[in-house]
Amino acid sequence: MTRGRWFAPALVVALAVALTFLTLPVVAIFVRTSPGNLVAALDDPGVLDALWLSLRTTLTALAIIVVVGTPAAYLLATRMFRGHALVVTLVELPLVLPPAVAGVGLLVAVGPGGIIGAKIADAGVRLALETAGVVVALTFVAAPFFIRGAQAAFAAVERSWLEASRTLGASEVRTFLRVAVPAAAPGMLAGLALAWGRAVGEFGATLIFAGSFRGRTQTAPLAIYERLGTDLDAALALSAVLVAVSGALLLTAKLLGARGVVRAAR
Amino acid sequence: MLRVEACTALGGFELDAALAVPAGTCLALAGPSGAGKSTLLRIAAGLLRPQHGRVTCGDDVWLDTASRHELAPELRACGYVFQDYALFGHMAVWQNVAYGLRGVARGERRRRAEELLARFGIAQLADERPRTLSGGERQRVALARALAPRPRVLLLDEPLSALDARTRASASRELAGVLRETGVPALLVTHDFTEAAVLGDRVAVIDGGRIVQQGTAGELAAAPGSAFIADFTGAVVLTGVARGGPGDLTAVDLDGGGVATSTDRAAGPVALSVHPWEISLGPAGARAEGSAQNHLDAEVVTVTHVGNRVRVGLAAPQPLVAEITGAAVGGLHLAPGMRVTATWKATATRLVSV
Repeated sequence: MTRGRWFAPALVVALAVALTFLTLPVVAIFVRTSPGNLVAALDDPGVLDALWLSLRTTLTALAIIVVVGTPAAYLLATRMFRGHALVVTLVELPLVLPPAVAGVGLLVAVGPGGIIGAKIADAGVRLALETAGVVVALTFVAAPFFIRGAQAAFAAVERSWLEASRTLGASEVRTFLRVAVPAAAPGMLAGLALAWGRAVGEFGATLIFAGSFRGRTQTAPLAIYERLGTDLDAALALSAVLVAVSGALLLTAKLLGARGVVRAAR
Repeated sequence: MLRVEACTALGGFELDAALAVPAGTCLALAGPSGAGKSTLLRIAAGLLRPQHGRVTCGDDVWLDTASRHELAPELRACGYVFQDYALFGHMAVWQNVAYGLRGVARGERRRRAEELLARFGIAQLADERPRTLSGGERQRVALARALAPRPRVLLLDEPLSALDARTRASASRELAGVLRETGVPALLVTHDFTEAAVLGDRVAVIDGGRIVQQGTAGELAAAPGSAFIADFTGAVVLTGVARGGPGDLTAVDLDGGGVATSTDRAAGPVALSVHPWEISLGPAGARAEGSAQNHLDAEVVTVTHVGNRVRVGLAAPQPLVAEITGAAVGGLHLAPGMRVTATWKATATRLVSV
């Protein structure tokens, strides 16, 4: 009679354990020191430099990702060709690549001694240990998040909408700009929010490829690591800011994603 | 005049068809799903390229695979009404209609769109989003949008299939009026013969990628070229073997039993077709009076009211359908299981060799 009665409570216990474990670190960041100390630590110019650099580099990376990734995702979503699945897999590879591996890979690819590094240096561009190198690392790790989201969003646009646009006298370019992009916008923005979240938290690839120089390549996560031993309050203050930013981006992605789904269902 | 010729292999079957639609007329392309009718429409619009084909509109060549000439869809000036209407969900109704208006000033675009919407009696919906519209309203917006750029041909893919039965009748009348007014060639695809008969000046029946018969709906119904077309036009189709009958008529020994006569001439295995409204019912065994030659004893299987008519399903022993009035059903006290005699004239009986 009581067989199986334990199952539902067991599920609740499992969820409670998971929830506690997953939220405890976030809670700890905010309760470890007083809010006053957190705000005071933000006055430190080094901390502000790191946040400012993070903002600049992530926004630059996102701009590059959107400009190149949007047409690429449109092609993947609307055209079938030999090796399509392989191309999609290669584009997604950075998602599962360990960040340290990404850093080493960038170093031997576009770094000073890299396989195309010399050509880049000849062109007068320095990447390794420079702010530009941070942007390269962020773009590498975050681009797949956007391309995947945008590809799914473009694929969800009714094929007949694109065809209707063509029969109404619009070229392929005009169809892309006037119908495909606006219709896919919620899904694209959701992918963009996830890409931004990934870029803001980037650590390993940046450290290996660009190093950790204050004001030049030391983004917020790298600054946290550097302050950890010497100035815990500053590290916690930076962490608190990143928690807020990441949480806001996740929420944005969820809301846009939900709106996109609701729209598609209508 | 719109001409479409296409020959192309398409997953499992080959499309090989040619059509010509004179200006100011509507050709209804009718056939079962998967027959290739939408494919022909897409070829005409340039949304699909056949392996071999030629599409011309008046003197303009839109596609000629022989000379590798192909005009992009946006340069063909086809008004295309999609099966799901394909209204842009991120635009207001008036913006949908104005989408195809090129080289028109901003303020003028909205005015022109509203003018067209007013013609369809839906001017008040200009600022709505398509998702808030009913099926009938969407269909009108789709038509207005297709007509806005003054297309040189009109292509309609199952324009009524997304509507419920109640809306379909009025939408069909309205569409027939629009097709008469535009004065351009119209090619309409449908899987429903009645719809083809109402909307098309001519009907082309397509099956398995080939056009099997073309003519007015009346010609097709009166002289179906095959059992498939007879069945498609809604006629009852019985199979049997034809032989010479009494008084210059043809007698058909029906498979499963029974004999029917026809004024058509045929010999050997045939498909016999008769329209359900030509068949009358009477008490079992009553066959003396009247001029009708064909009598079959049958058992009533179903009695279904369709509007002001009643469709009576019969087993005789091949299945038959008769359409009679409700008053006649009451007079005969028809009910499933009852035995009746189905009667129709030899002159209403079409024979096609199979």
